[in-house]
Amino acid sequence: MSDASSLATDASEAATPAAPVRTVPRAGWHTATVVAVHRETPTASRLELDVDGWPGNAAGQHLDVRLTAPDGYTATRSYSIASSGPSSRVVLAVDKLPDGEVSPFLVDEVRTGDLLEVHGPLGAFFVWEPDGRRSLSPAGRVRPVQLVAGGSGVVPLFAMAQAHAAADDLTPFRMLYSVRTPDDVYFADELMALAAASDAFRLDLVYTRRTPDGWPTPPGRIMREALAAAVIPAADRPLVYVCGSTGFVEQVASWLIELGHDAQSIRTERFGGT
Amino acid sequence: MSFITRGFSGRSRERDDRLPPGQTLVHDFPVLSAGPTPEIDTAEWEFTIRTETGVHRWNWDEFMALKIDDVDTDIHCVTHWSKLGTSWRGVSLDTLFEEVETEQEYVMAHSYGGYTTNVPLDELLDGKAWVAFEFDGEPLDPEHGGPARLLVPHLYFWKSAKWVRGLVMMDQDEPGFWEQNGYHLHGDPWKEERYW
Ligand SMILES: Cc1cc2nc3c(=O)[nH]c(=O)nc-3n(C[C@H](O)[C@H](O)[C@H](O)COP(=O)(O)OP(=O)(O)OC[C@H]3O[C@@H](n4cnc5c(N)ncnc54)[C@H](O)[C@@H]3O)c2cc1C
Repeated sequence: MSDASSLATDASEAATPAAPVRTVPRAGWHTATVVAVHRETPTASRLELDVDGWPGNAAGQHLDVRLTAPDGYTATRSYSIASSGPSSRVVLAVDKLPDGEVSPFLVDEVRTGDLLEVHGPLGAFFVWEPDGRRSLSPAGRVRPVQLVAGGSGVVPLFAMAQAHAAADDLTPFRMLYSVRTPDDVYFADELMALAAASDAFRLDLVYTRRTPDGWPTPPGRIMREALAAAVIPAADRPLVYVCGSTGFVEQVASWLIELGHDAQSIRTERFGGT
Repeated sequence: MSFITRGFSGRSRERDDRLPPGQTLVHDFPVLSAGPTPEIDTAEWEFTIRTETGVHRWNWDEFMALKIDDVDTDIHCVTHWSKLGTSWRGVSLDTLFEEVETEQEYVMAHSYGGYTTNVPLDELLDGKAWVAFEFDGEPLDPEHGGPARLLVPHLYFWKSAKWVRGLVMMDQDEPGFWEQNGYHLHGDPWKEERYW
């Protein structure tokens, strides 16, 4: 697919893009050993990998996993990385699509000690770096960061929230996370702990099918209202990261524009599906 | 360094030779974009080609009056999906460049919304590229790049700039948006030119 960016360049200005900027490690093929597997939600697993020769990764990057069958047939899919930093420990969280080829294997079949081929780290745009130049406004001020996650789309955003906390970064961070039911929250304990530990990180959950008992609003497609109520106002010029299924991202991004957010401040990662 | 993955058998053995390495056949039409989908009105749409000597412009009506090709082709996205036998309608870049004189050999495609991607000119001529405005008999959806996108099917699909608004000729190859963000300068799916 081709891709839209949000960078302002104008064809009529004949703008020449700047030289490549690369602040993230270079991608390569690596052998990963599965060191832990953990049920994340009723449909998802968390895989902890130790990746031989991994150069570290920035929060928000992804990798490709390549599976090879005995007859040489291969299948490759992309997965966001829930961890960041120089460590060779890499955390993934994979949601099982019932008819999928790769995700049921990763969720149900993979066990501790297995080896996987991975290529990465990949992606240099959907990333957040503490105090990085990427979060500065044109005037050089640090801009608040709004994260909007749908389902497994929380994976790279969780990495950002964790990197933010680990760096003691004071940039205001807010995450709006849409899930089907309370059982479907990825990194639930970690997210609650991050929200409890720091005034600079705030978590808002939206339930689309079933809420916890006593929740003030009914479940359903209340994303639009939640978005209007919970995201950092457009006037504060937040940098917004949206991640989830294609349908979720399309919907949220178009609502954000209606709410007055600048298209150039919205970065998106689409996982596929609708 | 490839090795067999314990316990993996894969879904299907039908390996179509139209599928480049590392690609999976899909029947829907996934979307990859770095930002929101822009809405562009054809009344305001214009397409330009800028060269060392000046700018060529077409508005929507002028564009629709050009020779229109039917294109049947396979498309390959760097995120590992391919779609076979897709049908498009659009204007060949050969048609557009009939009116354009240039010595410059490289092209930066620019899109509404700010996206850019680089392609050498000779990879856009000789029936290899179009500005497409119909997919499967329907006007192209905004999500997929409507009203018009570049269609360069022999390269990974990020080169087929959605919401295209113009081409700027350059003396040297320069990285566009995804290319600056780690994607390959060229992007041939048969050579798996995904990242650099
Ligand atoms: C940059 C990037 C990062 C990603 N990160 C993650 C991640 O952290 N966790 C994660 O679980 N997934 C992630 N994905 C999605 C992942 O790459 C696979 O698409 C997903 O696991 C399905 O693969 P599969 O082989 O099981 O299904 P397939 O056999 O490929 O697909 C089965 C069917 O489901 C459709 N489909 C594909 N993806 C989805 C989807 N996400 N939702 C609904 N339908 C879909 C396909 O179009 C197809 O029709 C990411 C994708 C990208 C591009």
